[in-house]
Amino acid sequence: MDKPWNNRAWFLVIPVFVLVAFSAIIPLMTVVNYSVQDIFGPGQAFWVGTEWFEKVLHDERLHDALVRQILFSLAVLAIEIPLGILVALSMPADKGWRTSLVLVLLALPLLIPWNVVGTIWQIFGRADIGLGGAAIRALGIDYNYTGNPRDAWLTVLVMDVWHWTSLVALLCYAGLRAIPPAYYQAAKIDGASRWAVFRHIELPKMRGVLIIAVLLRFMDSFMIYTEPFVLTGGGPGNATTFLSQYLTRMAVGQFDLGVAAAFSLIYFLIVLLFSYVFYTFITTVGTGDRS
Amino acid sequence: MAAIELRNLGHSYRPNPAGPQDYALRPFSMTWEDGAAYALLGPSGCGKTTLLNIISGLLTPGEGQVLFDGRDVTHLSPEQRNIAQVFQFPVIYDTMSVYDNLAFPLRNRGVAAADVDRRVRRVADLLELTPDLARRAQKLTPDAKQKISMGRGLVRSDVAAILFDEPLTVIDPHMKWRLRRKLREVHSEFRLSLIYVTHDQVEALTFADRVAVMHEGQVVQLGTPQELFEAPQHTFVGYFIGSPGMNLLPCEPGEGCVHVDGIAIPLRTGAADTAAAGGGALELGIRPEFLELAAAGRPGTVPVTVTGVENLGTHKIVTARLGTRSLKVKVAEDQPVPTEAALRFPPDRARLYRDGRLAV
Repeated sequence: MDKPWNNRAWFLVIPVFVLVAFSAIIPLMTVVNYSVQDIFGPGQAFWVGTEWFEKVLHDERLHDALVRQILFSLAVLAIEIPLGILVALSMPADKGWRTSLVLVLLALPLLIPWNVVGTIWQIFGRADIGLGGAAIRALGIDYNYTGNPRDAWLTVLVMDVWHWTSLVALLCYAGLRAIPPAYYQAAKIDGASRWAVFRHIELPKMRGVLIIAVLLRFMDSFMIYTEPFVLTGGGPGNATTFLSQYLTRMAVGQFDLGVAAAFSLIYFLIVLLFSYVFYTFITTVGTGDRS
Repeated sequence: MAAIELRNLGHSYRPNPAGPQDYALRPFSMTWEDGAAYALLGPSGCGKTTLLNIISGLLTPGEGQVLFDGRDVTHLSPEQRNIAQVFQFPVIYDTMSVYDNLAFPLRNRGVAAADVDRRVRRVADLLELTPDLARRAQKLTPDAKQKISMGRGLVRSDVAAILFDEPLTVIDPHMKWRLRRKLREVHSEFRLSLIYVTHDQVEALTFADRVAVMHEGQVVQLGTPQELFEAPQHTFVGYFIGSPGMNLLPCEPGEGCVHVDGIAIPLRTGAADTAAAGGGALELGIRPEFLELAAAGRPGTVPVTVTGVENLGTHKIVTARLGTRSLKVKVAEDQPVPTEAALRFPPDRARLYRDGRLAV
């Protein structure tokens, strides 16, 4: 018993290790396997090294999709975060039926399956029979999301805002409710304006939930697939073809498994990198740890 | 600074209060003098925070008026009343430096930058916060944060009163003592009107010039610590203040004495008659400090059986049985305690209560 360590402790880690292996590591290694080989069929695989990666990195259409994707995610964050905060701030604070009603209404879009969201907006936005599309046309605006890239973009954006702003609002609402009333009372006594209350009490206290909201909305919008697929199918042309849709087209449509695998890995690294940068930025800003 | 007058003030959290039990604060009138340090003492749920919030203006009373220096402020906001309040948990603005925290109430009121600087530095000096002025308030200890909360009240030179709502709850015991002393210093320097809410009698008695004791939504006594100790106006004050609290024995009036379980206890001439005159339930109250323990059989004493002795180092707390009643007696450390002993009730120290209120 005078051994300073005991290797049997490793047994305790095994269950988690097995779980993670099956849920993450093995599938990921399969993708890595595909990305460095050209596979024609069972037993017919050829080593190609970094060829797929080079091909992906020089793909013009992929670059366009990446730019579109970044623009889309930034637009989503720029609209949904402030809008979510605004909605949360104007929600009732008591425990009455009004609060319950607002919470249920806000949660509704989150409960709808994503392909159904796409279908709803696909019909809603149609210029001939859709309520939204026809109404806009009736105002004299030449709106057509299937033909006009700008309209398609706007429709996809509005759809995402409709679908996900609730999430940001609910998170912010939870953050706001966690602020003890003494803070508001003290601010009142200190003669603080409404803006000062928001800037110096509410915003700092919502930091934690805002970090989560930004990360969730970023990752989710960066991987968006179902809704634009149903709504526009990536069109018109390639106007609303985002990364994951391009990837699916390659993997399933053209059966370019090698290229698609290489692309997947790059995609994964991009999401990881962006999330890391966002996270470190948001956790250090406003804490005074600037050095 | 202002004198605060409460006129027929009452408050209920129910829409239509029918009886006294519906009131969080039963209607009463009272005046808080200008420049004095008051404590508002009572157990949890007795209405002291309700009263404080009404004075500060965070709560509008259901009935009656609040007057500052004769001016009716009942419906004015805390800001308009010029009140400062310190809460149970330190409230600081996380993203600001200590300096900005202290300057915040002044800047909101549009005070000139030079004045702000002068006052912030003076208050920081007083509260020993000067070395931390440039630091972020969020990184300080709880007691330093609570000092900032107080400081935000003190920087305002024209503040009508500063109200404290159990401000030392989250502070370490030794820091509590230092902060309380700091507060006394601040009070003697600025002559501020202070109202300090607490459920801790030591805190109240050491802090305040005068203590208001609250019980079930009413102020049962307002007095100096000495008055509360020597002449409790209400049985609640008797047993809430003091450690252990006052002995209270239900009794019947007799000739120049009262009977506790049939045992006669001599009192001042006429005391029992005066107390019995109004009818109602009588109680004899006497502090453990004033009871005298003696050997059995002395004249003017009643026999008791000692059932327990607690030695507290500086003195002893003796539990004695008189009839079926139990009494606490505080005796000197070196005094012998026989099992069969006798108690003398000094007539000028014994009080009689009728239905809870002091009769004689």
